Amino acid sequence: MNDNAPVLSIRGLTLALPKGADRDYAVEEVSYDVARGEIMCVVGESGSGKSMAANAVMGLLPKGVRPTAGEVLFDGQDLLALNEKQHRKLRGLRIGMIFQEPMTALNPLMRVGAQIAEVFEAHGKYSSRERQEKALALLEEVGIPEPDKAIRAYPFQLSGGQRQRVMIAMALALEPELLIADEPTTALDVTTQAQILELIRDLQQRRGMAVMFITHDFGVVAEVATRVCVMRYGRVVELGTAREVLENPRHEYTRALLEAIPSNIIPEAVAQQRPAPLLEVRNLNKVFRSRGGLFKPAREVRALDDVSFTLAPGETVGIVGESGSGKSTLGRCVVRLERPDSGSLSLSGTDFSALKGDELRRERRRVQMIFQDPYASLNPRHRVGYAIAQGPMANGVPRRQAMQQAEELLELVGLGAVAVDRYPHEFSGGQRQRIGIARALALNPELIVADEAVSALDVSIQAQVLELLEELKQKLSLSLLFITHDLRVAAQICDSIIVMQHGRIVEQGTAQEVFLRPRETYTKQLLDAIPGRAHEAAMA
Amino acid sequence: MSFFARFAQNRGALVGLFILLAIIAMAMLAPFLYPESPWRMVQRPFLAPMEVDGFWLGTDTMGRDVAAGLMHGAWVSLLIGLVSTSVALLIGVPLGAVAGYYGGLIDDALMRFTEFFQTIPNFALAIVLVAIMQPSVTSIVLAIAIVSWPPVARLVRAEFMSLRHREYVEAARLVGQTNRTIILRQILPNTLSPIIVLASLMVATAILLESALSFLGLGDPNVMSWGYMIGAARTVIRQAWWLSFFPGVAILLTVLALNLVGEGLDDALNPKLARERS
Amino acid sequence: MLYARLIVMRLLKAVVVLFLIVIFNFFLIQMAPGDPAAILAGEAGATDEEFLRQLRERFGLDQPIYVQLWRYVSGIAMLDFGWSYRQGMPVLDLILARLPATLLLTGTAFVLSLALGIVAGSMAAARVKKPSGSIIMALALLFYATPLFWVALMAVVLFSVFLGWLPAYGMYTVGAGHTGFALVLDVAKHLILPATTLALFFMAIYTRMTRASMLEASQQDYVKTARAKGLAPGVIQRRHILRNALLPIITLAGLQAGQMVGGAILTETVFAWPGIGRLMFEALQQRDYNLLLGIFFFSAALVIVFNIITDLVYRLADPRIKEAS
Repeated sequence: MNDNAPVLSIRGLTLALPKGADRDYAVEEVSYDVARGEIMCVVGESGSGKSMAANAVMGLLPKGVRPTAGEVLFDGQDLLALNEKQHRKLRGLRIGMIFQEPMTALNPLMRVGAQIAEVFEAHGKYSSRERQEKALALLEEVGIPEPDKAIRAYPFQLSGGQRQRVMIAMALALEPELLIADEPTTALDVTTQAQILELIRDLQQRRGMAVMFITHDFGVVAEVATRVCVMRYGRVVELGTAREVLENPRHEYTRALLEAIPSNIIPEAVAQQRPAPLLEVRNLNKVFRSRGGLFKPAREVRALDDVSFTLAPGETVGIVGESGSGKSTLGRCVVRLERPDSGSLSLSGTDFSALKGDELRRERRRVQMIFQDPYASLNPRHRVGYAIAQGPMANGVPRRQAMQQAEELLELVGLGAVAVDRYPHEFSGGQRQRIGIARALALNPELIVADEAVSALDVSIQAQVLELLEELKQKLSLSLLFITHDLRVAAQICDSIIVMQHGRIVEQGTAQEVFLRPRETYTKQLLDAIPGRAHEAAMA
Repeated sequence: MSFFARFAQNRGALVGLFILLAIIAMAMLAPFLYPESPWRMVQRPFLAPMEVDGFWLGTDTMGRDVAAGLMHGAWVSLLIGLVSTSVALLIGVPLGAVAGYYGGLIDDALMRFTEFFQTIPNFALAIVLVAIMQPSVTSIVLAIAIVSWPPVARLVRAEFMSLRHREYVEAARLVGQTNRTIILRQILPNTLSPIIVLASLMVATAILLESALSFLGLGDPNVMSWGYMIGAARTVIRQAWWLSFFPGVAILLTVLALNLVGEGLDDALNPKLARERS
Repeated sequence: MLYARLIVMRLLKAVVVLFLIVIFNFFLIQMAPGDPAAILAGEAGATDEEFLRQLRERFGLDQPIYVQLWRYVSGIAMLDFGWSYRQGMPVLDLILARLPATLLLTGTAFVLSLALGIVAGSMAAARVKKPSGSIIMALALLFYATPLFWVALMAVVLFSVFLGWLPAYGMYTVGAGHTGFALVLDVAKHLILPATTLALFFMAIYTRMTRASMLEASQQDYVKTARAKGLAPGVIQRRHILRNALLPIITLAGLQAGQMVGGAILTETVFAWPGIGRLMFEALQQRDYNLLLGIFFFSAALVIVFNIITDLVYRLADPRIKEAS
């Protein structure tokens, strides 16, 4: 434990929301400290209010949110009592902040170096030339490749991870005592995330800053936290050191959250005989070409590179990869939303990829898809019942019967037949995913492709939906092609896993093999990058 | 909150609606209040407003009743505005939908087409079309429609292009819905709001176009429209400025009302729903 | 420089568009009711038999249609836009003589509307909740809804007839014999009313667009980042919000070019400004269709030039649009 006085001390903070919000207070009676040389992780799901306190510290509360009680002490001052001008003196100088979306957090029209130099300018420090030199030094410190080129680059020329490094450089430019990081790695790939986490940890140690790290991912907590604060519905439900909270959680919510994380215990694959495969994919190739103009060269992206695998009836195969790996393209080819350039796709022997017209429509019903975004996968103008029934109706089933079936399916997924007349906006994200599952089942398919079906959901909801999928799989003898970027989730429910990178299959095997005894370097990298791995391994 | 409640929240829109209803009333009452043709010369020319009883807006250069012209002109403006907008929609919506949904060559062709129209000064084109086709209500309606359909097509195309990749559209494709069904039942209902808002603004623009054409002498010679009245009074503006004033105010109020109603429709049809994400 | 290639491409494209317009003009003549020769001769020339015969020969009006098309297009390519019987001059000369006046008027109105529109829009965006902001937007709506030709007439009535502050007609005081700087001043005085009335409508458009664009830009993430750095609000407005907000306005300005040239027709008619817009009005009155089509062609060319300029400005402003190196 530190014997330093806390750099930041939040005491009984209560922030009221404007009228008409889902609850009265964004945060209620929240108290925690952040001390020098430690990383305090504030954890919670969406709507927990974890970011609000950070906004209050910076004086960047959104319109309508006001503090009604409590104080936020920084260096003896109550930050809630400061006016805008006083806040400005602190921002960037003594308190730095980095945000979640690196793709939009930088001004697209200013060079990166100029944006870093702005921090110095805002507080009247250094001459113009010194600012450029310092900016360059900062870029080096945060590990940007070719800093002398990067400094003159525009944001659109950098990747997400590199932009985040620039954000960190800007936040640390004037050596603030406190750094607030609001979900800085959530929008990044797993491997990039690992790098950024390491960078933050590194910088924090070197400079001895106090860091408030906001996240929803307990893996990240395990990776970097010194102390943890768990929030739910605007209140603090657990507070303690990382070790305490992760190993001996006291509050039931914390325990539920920890349990919802896919564990490292992989069910032993049932030794099965390999009956004739349901799905056979052979030598699939697809290249995406963006049209060049007279000046732009046409760009080629190889989305699928000689991909082959089989899926047996009743099996769950996971396709795992980062963004750009081709996993989504593969899924879309399997359901014929995309056509591969070459190769074949057979469903129980029938070559799926060559079919057209009525034949295609007949075979199509055997493979259906569950989509990723619960907010975009249902037509906002159609009632839920119709959304489910329109599949059968398009295939000749009379309306009455199709609606009847829709009601049954809604019961099956746990929403009840009354949902049939409601509109999508009346349901939550997790419920909408259930509707999506019901819709996919409407044509009695044999194979379901789940394209990142749980990635947009909170961890606790995720667990519920995965359970439902497992249940349905058993009940209806379905086969499942599960596409995800999260190796842990895949390992939980898949019988075998395929790892993809840059359009190629890098590794294939049973879930246990791939997860516990990976052979390829990339697979090992992916596994290592999972935040909290080391900790979990230590716990096992 | 119901549609009307949301609409009524925008006070400007209510004012606009009120004015619009008044203008429509004007148009409908014209044959009753002023049953004779506005072209009839009924009094001494150049009477100032209120100079003689019963001619509260005065008379024009030929002794015609200004108030009669104003009331009958309402009918002309609204009719031409509505019909030309409808024609423009009939051309633009299907073209935009097909281009946006199918992409490829059809889309290329449409884009080249609309680009071409964008480079031409719209008003000059309308003038040329009406002049060559000889001025009549039909040629004016056609000319305005031809000049107005490209923005509709571009809007519809943009909407279709973005919605085509929406997951619920892909789901519909997956279950085997035909392209025609998808266009009509999945995508089109979700594009109606911006089209309706655009349509109300287009009626306003059409009325402005028609009045400008009539002002230049390209109006249908059998029809007394507000633009014609202003144009006919152009040369006598020093002596009788009111002859130009009142019809202009009428145009201004109608166009203003349509714009306000359009904004109200926009607010009512696109409530900003915040997504339930942190 | 890469921009040279870009300009060449745009010019090539412009040539294609103009070519299409020429063909369009040709077919318009064919579609008009009556004898094409009479159309080409104009109302005044249609009675002159000799003139009609010359036209028939020149354009091959008794020949098959593709010959006619070829004659017409090749004529235009040689810059032969025909002869205006009524005015007794080649169409090309007529137009070129009046073109500078239109350039002066539209150029001034363009700059005026853009400058004032952006300023008014930024002010309205900064005063979103305050009454002054609402007043600016209300005025913008009013000017947007006002018919251009009517406001021009009313301006003449007010500023010229009643108040006598500004001249109502023409580009300079006829017969006064001003030269040099005095001439410039005279023209400027005559320019005020027409340029301002033409600018009014577009000022309204830019005001509304600027306000919307700035409000949207101020919601972006990079503005939050800028605030988190401790930058002063003025700096944020200028460097972060305004710069990004201007991009769609530049695009809009390009799209409005066509409207503005159209508006010039009305303005020049009311103010008797000696440009090609006024010439178009005269051509209409004289039923001189050949002249009319010639002016149409040139107004399109004007719009194309405007578009090329705004496109270049946009590319300068937005570093994301780059040709491949």
